[in-house]
Amino acid sequence: MIGSLELTQLQQIWWIIASLVGALFIFMTFVQGGQTLLFTLTSSEDEKSLVINSLGRKWELTFTTLVLFGGALFAAFPLFYATSFGGAYWVWVLILFTFIIQAVSYEYRKKPNNFLGARTYEIFLFINGSVGLLLIGAAVGTFFTGSNFLLNDYNFVKWQHPLRGLEAAFNLFNISLGLFLVFHARVLGALYLANNLNHVDLVSRSQRAAFNNLLCALPFLLIVLGSLVTMDGYAVDPATGAVFMEPGKYLGNLLALPLNLILLLAGLVLVVGGVFLARFKGSTRGIWLSGPGTVLVVLALLFLAGFNDTAFYPSKVDLQSSLTIHNASSTHYTLTVMTYIALAVPFVLAYISHVWRSMDAGKMSLEDVKQEGHNEIY
Amino acid sequence: MIESFDLSMVNWARAQFALTAMYHWIFVPLTLGLSFLLAFFETLYVRTGNEEWKRITKFWMALFGVNFAIGVATGIILEFEFGTNWSNYSWMVGDIFGAPLAAEGIFAFFIEATFFAVMFFGWNRVSKRFHLVSTWMVAIGSNLSALWILVANGWMQFPVGMAFNPDSARFEMQSFFEVLLSPVAISKFTHATSSGFQLASLFVVAVSSWFLLRKRHQEMAKKSIVVASVFGLMASIFVAFTGDEAAYTVAQKQPMKLAAIEGLYQGDTNCALCAVGILNTDQKPGDTGDPYLFAIKLPGALSFLATRTFDGFVPGINDLVYGNAEQGVIGVTEKLASGRIAVEQLALYKGARKQGNALVAETALAEFKRHEGNLGYGYLQTPEEAVPPVALSFYSFRLMVGLGTFFPILFILMLVFTLRDTLENKRWLLGIGVISIFLGYIASEAGWIVAEVGRQPWAIQGLLPVGVARSNLTSATVAGTFFMFLFLFTVLLVAEIRIMLKQIAIGPEEK
Ligand code: HDD
Ligand code: HEM
Ligand code: HEM
Repeated sequence: MIGSLELTQLQQIWWIIASLVGALFIFMTFVQGGQTLLFTLTSSEDEKSLVINSLGRKWELTFTTLVLFGGALFAAFPLFYATSFGGAYWVWVLILFTFIIQAVSYEYRKKPNNFLGARTYEIFLFINGSVGLLLIGAAVGTFFTGSNFLLNDYNFVKWQHPLRGLEAAFNLFNISLGLFLVFHARVLGALYLANNLNHVDLVSRSQRAAFNNLLCALPFLLIVLGSLVTMDGYAVDPATGAVFMEPGKYLGNLLALPLNLILLLAGLVLVVGGVFLARFKGSTRGIWLSGPGTVLVVLALLFLAGFNDTAFYPSKVDLQSSLTIHNASSTHYTLTVMTYIALAVPFVLAYISHVWRSMDAGKMSLEDVKQEGHNEIY
Repeated sequence: MIESFDLSMVNWARAQFALTAMYHWIFVPLTLGLSFLLAFFETLYVRTGNEEWKRITKFWMALFGVNFAIGVATGIILEFEFGTNWSNYSWMVGDIFGAPLAAEGIFAFFIEATFFAVMFFGWNRVSKRFHLVSTWMVAIGSNLSALWILVANGWMQFPVGMAFNPDSARFEMQSFFEVLLSPVAISKFTHATSSGFQLASLFVVAVSSWFLLRKRHQEMAKKSIVVASVFGLMASIFVAFTGDEAAYTVAQKQPMKLAAIEGLYQGDTNCALCAVGILNTDQKPGDTGDPYLFAIKLPGALSFLATRTFDGFVPGINDLVYGNAEQGVIGVTEKLASGRIAVEQLALYKGARKQGNALVAETALAEFKRHEGNLGYGYLQTPEEAVPPVALSFYSFRLMVGLGTFFPILFILMLVFTLRDTLENKRWLLGIGVISIFLGYIASEAGWIVAEVGRQPWAIQGLLPVGVARSNLTSATVAGTFFMFLFLFTVLLVAEIRIMLKQIAIGPEEK
């Protein structure tokens, strides 16, 4: 059944799947956002423990989603994987670095004799939530602003900038996207905590924090959206595969794919709506609006970058080296196999949500954290 | 294709891969085995209702958690390193190699990540039965991740199920099941996971022996030793069996690796196996002298191991490099010449296609096809380059196999004395028990050295040498990240060891 699909259809399906995994990852960055709230939101060691333990039940899922995102891109768009990771070397290495230090921090922070001291691990968590997300935003920003690489006849990449990817962080659009992601993660983190904790004070502080961070995120969002609808974009001529600059390309994409416009607007409304419910109606369920809203917004952005004859990983220095979902993809055979494998994803999502529900049936309180044995807490 | 080669960059990239992989492998085998031991302990608890088993489970689980976190931290870097340091590789074989990595994410890592949280934090939140299921799922999930990554690694050792596409200049998958069910993948999976079970059993034995020496937590220690020794003994038998199978597959699919492992320069029928020996490190390919300064040999054993008959021919390094017409061995010399033609004709074909010269393209393609099988050899500078480091392979293999014969004896002694209830008094044995975990790590890392060093200079056996697989980076860049990782992982390892030792000193929860 899947085998009879056209190559272009499979490429589109895989762009959708990769976008979905990416969108779920951005939703899951509420963990990172929560990490950066740790110092300001809590007013005692106990509260800190409570927040860390609440986030600590989820960090692995976020991490694994990132790993899957990498794996899916490798399998479906190997030329992107090779070009971007091998080319924009430093930006990716630094991102990975911030995730390495995150992975041990929950487990080691409170353990006796932990060598670096609790404070260091908390700083690790903060770096992961701030620098890590900022750089991810900058890297994703290059999907629209372009990078500095050349591909030769054998598709081997040559990066043309000595900063090897870090130069992305010096572009207004990219850095705004990065800062938006940081504040947005804090919004989600606050909403998640408001939903997950049984602690009156922390919950109301979280609800306020969600609103304040939304205000901080807003200017950056406006820059991103404003640039997006006005900037020139990297268009592909479907007949020849030639890449050229087209004025207002992304605005054009938005209008050409009405579904995309709907995703974007609905997503933004949901994100903002969740925060307003939390702040002004005292609701603790804002995350269930803002989270899915996030997924819709990210989907819309990635669709803008990849669909409608657009180069999703453009090269500024040599337009014809730009990557599209067609020239960067695996073969028909591999995409078919991968699509069969992807049929397992709904089952994975099903058991994750089942487990999540049974674990989060009761909200987490200070007593819970105190009652657990010393090895069952972070 | 080969532009300006910066050889030291390749070596830094190899060093970095080896560093990160070997760090990863400190934590991974313990995860693979300890997760099953946890499942056994908890099953005993659920079956018997004896709270002592629950305490035991929780004690080992705490150590598991400390180890698991850093296993995850070191793993993520490996996955992305293929892109950062081996980007040409990633492009040329991404079609085949990416699929198992993605499958690993979907089928394995999510199982681990999801049920890990239940196993750790769910004691009071979910039912006893669901908790037990979760512990088992963690074990299954961990070992599934081993499956996929070893399928990927097995494919690098013995590429199957694919074809070269001259238009895109890359390898493309033809059969997923051939990749998945490749004999090398299977022998890797069975051997690597069972060696992980063995290592984790040694870990439990070592910590428990220490408790017994200190006369602390004796009941827990003895119970743990029984379970771990039974598991360890079974694993040991399986390790030896699958190890022999692995050696047989190596002989079939990677004869050069086998020759290096054995330090065998002149091939022979009825070939002896060097059980213990010292190599003459001056020996070079082409030399016909005795490669050993000292050796205890088992007559005919190597032929039996490699061909399953005592008089089978086992090719040595000289045969493989320079050819041996009598035995029908085609040497690297000949393959290299043919490979050069393949490289040339491929470039000609691509150029002609670009210029739209169909006639030239067609003849070039036809000529390329004739030499396609040796494409990888065309990138070697000299035939001798195809020989992996002999001494490292030789000694690592002997270390691993030697320890592999010692471990089952240890497990048997542990079992016998526990059953006779005299283990506490056998202080010498407990001392060996404590040390054995270090030996376990040595054997386990040595195994990977055999497998990976023996594959050099190939990133993909016979197809893609490491020099072509690399990214376009300067050696300073890669050296920079090498030291970054060395520093970071070492700091984290020190933290891990200190936490572990403290947790062991604290011992299980009070009753
Ligand atoms: C035989 C088993 C085995 C081998 C050879 C490797 N790993 Fe591994 N890996 C595991 C077995 C494992 C594991 C036991 O399943 C880990 C340890 C802790 C964990 O979460 O899973 C893991 C963790 C782990 C993670 C973190 C996963 C997460 O999000 O939980 C990544 C990305 C990788 N590995 C990737 C790799 C790569 C690219 C390897 C190849 C060089 C590799 N591993 C070798
Ligand atoms: C008892 C005799 C043993 C034999 C005959 C044996 C044989 C082998 C061989 C031939 C390889 C190389 C496979 C390849 O290159 O593809 C290998 C790899 C390996 N061995 Fe062993 N081994 C033995 C014991 C052990 C022990 C005791 C351990 C660890 C506790 C161990 C751990 C490993 C590991 C981790 C690898 C790399 C993974 C792989 O290639 O499968 N082995 N072994
Ligand atoms: C975790 C255990 C592993 C260890 C300890 C290990 C060890 C090594 C070592 C020592 C090298 C360098 C060899 C040399 O330069 O002489 C190497 C290289 C490499 N290994 Fe492994 N390896 C492991 C697992 C894997 C796996 C599972 C894969 C594939 C999925 C893999 C792929 C590679 C690649 C791509 C290189 C670099 C290219 C090369 O030198 O061939 N390794 N590894």
